[in-house]
Amino acid sequence: MRRVAALLLMMAATPAAGAGYAILGDEIPAPLEGAVGDAARGRAIVADRAVGLCVLCHAGPFPEVRFQGDLAPPLDGAGSRWSEGQLRLRLVEPQRFTPGTIMPSYYRREGFERVAAGYSGKPILSAAQIEDVVAYLSSLKDVK
Amino acid sequence: MKQGSAAVAFFALLAATALAQGIADPRRSGFDDMGTALQAIQRDDFSNPAALWLAEGESAWNRQAGSAGKSCADCHGGPENMRGVAARYPAYDTMLGRVVNLDGKIEDCRIRRQKADPLPHESRARVALEAFVARQSRGLPIVPPDEPNVGAAAAAGSALFTRRMGQLDLSCAQCHEQRAGQRLAGSIIPQGHPTGYPVYRSEWQSVGTLQRRLRNCMIGVRAEAFAYGSPEFVALEAFLMRRAAGMTIETPAVRP
Ligand code: HEC
Ligand code: HEC
Repeated sequence: MRRVAALLLMMAATPAAGAGYAILGDEIPAPLEGAVGDAARGRAIVADRAVGLCVLCHAGPFPEVRFQGDLAPPLDGAGSRWSEGQLRLRLVEPQRFTPGTIMPSYYRREGFERVAAGYSGKPILSAAQIEDVVAYLSSLKDVK
Repeated sequence: MKQGSAAVAFFALLAATALAQGIADPRRSGFDDMGTALQAIQRDDFSNPAALWLAEGESAWNRQAGSAGKSCADCHGGPENMRGVAARYPAYDTMLGRVVNLDGKIEDCRIRRQKADPLPHESRARVALEAFVARQSRGLPIVPPDEPNVGAAAAAGSALFTRRMGQLDLSCAQCHEQRAGQRLAGSIIPQGHPTGYPVYRSEWQSVGTLQRRLRNCMIGVRAEAFAYGSPEFVALEAFLMRRAAGMTIETPAVRP
């Protein structure tokens, strides 16, 4: 029932973008584009500053990453604070939680100013990558 | 426009209040935020790798170039006559009818007075000459000209400074004003003052201009960088110089 409602909402919300999702409350309950996340792949994305970019701002439980930012709360325990759906919305529209946040919208593909040619029309991470990251974050139960 | 003058006024006020109360100026050069090893290299003219560029700049100063067969020295005399120049650029150039930065002014002399071929942006020869000219102002306070065209450029630069851009959707101010002193991955975010340019940057393994540094920041947020010498970059420079008014020129500085 929820799935069907989400699907309808998705189609209604962003017909043109081809990358729709439905927000219910403070969550995106359904996986993006039906992708199945993998926590190990997600960890690699998060720990790679050129792919996930997360460590530019966040620290987390990946001691092999030498340089970790302190512009944002540590990712330790993210999975104990937030549900999968909440984490998904965090990555897709972080400004819903914190207006004016510096955290980028990972699934957004338009509306940027002066975006560099190589990135234009593309989100920072694909739906599949975001699902991997959600799976990894959900596995982070221990608070530092 | 209004926002620009407000930001400049805010910084001037901050500095003035601090001085009046005998409190240290809250503004910090990138020098203050870097490790002691790099600070030591900047302090010592013999270990600062920019010395090589300065030497090349000095020869270029004295060497005739172009079909006019004139050197910089033929018109300007000794380099000591350049003292203070870097501290007041970008400036309004009545001949050109626009605001130019120091690099643009030197290039204008090269093309119009020496009748020489233009040098590519960031080429060694071009950066070396600017570094040598700017070096003459080392130790002097930054004094942006009180001139309406420069004021308008600074205001436009201030607006650009607060505009979010690129795929990461970040503004200069979000890092350099709101998060200065915090860490972006391994790097301490400096306040972003233009006090040391051209600088020797270890990541470049060479000396580069302020605009090269600004391009690095724009590319970092995945934005299409402004072109070298563009009005946007000159405007950002004019804003950064106002924001740093009174701070000391360090050229050639060393940065990570
Ligand atoms: C440019 C900075 C920046 C980047 C890059 C960034 N974030 Fe964030 N993130 C923040 C900030 C700041 C917050 C704090 C709340 C806010 O402002 O939204 C935050 C909050 C979060 C939260 C909620 C934290 C909590 O437990 O309350 C999660 C989870 C998160 N980010 C995950 C990520 C992941 C995963 C990535 C990379 C795929 C990432 N972030 C990339 C800046 C960033
Ligand atoms: C995501 C954060 C971020 C953004 C956005 C950003 N910068 Fe930077 N900037 C940095 C960091 C970090 C450094 C220092 C890098 C290092 O240590 O090598 C820096 C260095 C600088 C410097 C050199 C300061 C010195 O002491 O030599 C200037 C000037 C500067 N930035 C201006 C700007 C301007 C103008 C913009 C916008 C067009 C901008 N930055 C956008 C993070 C940022």
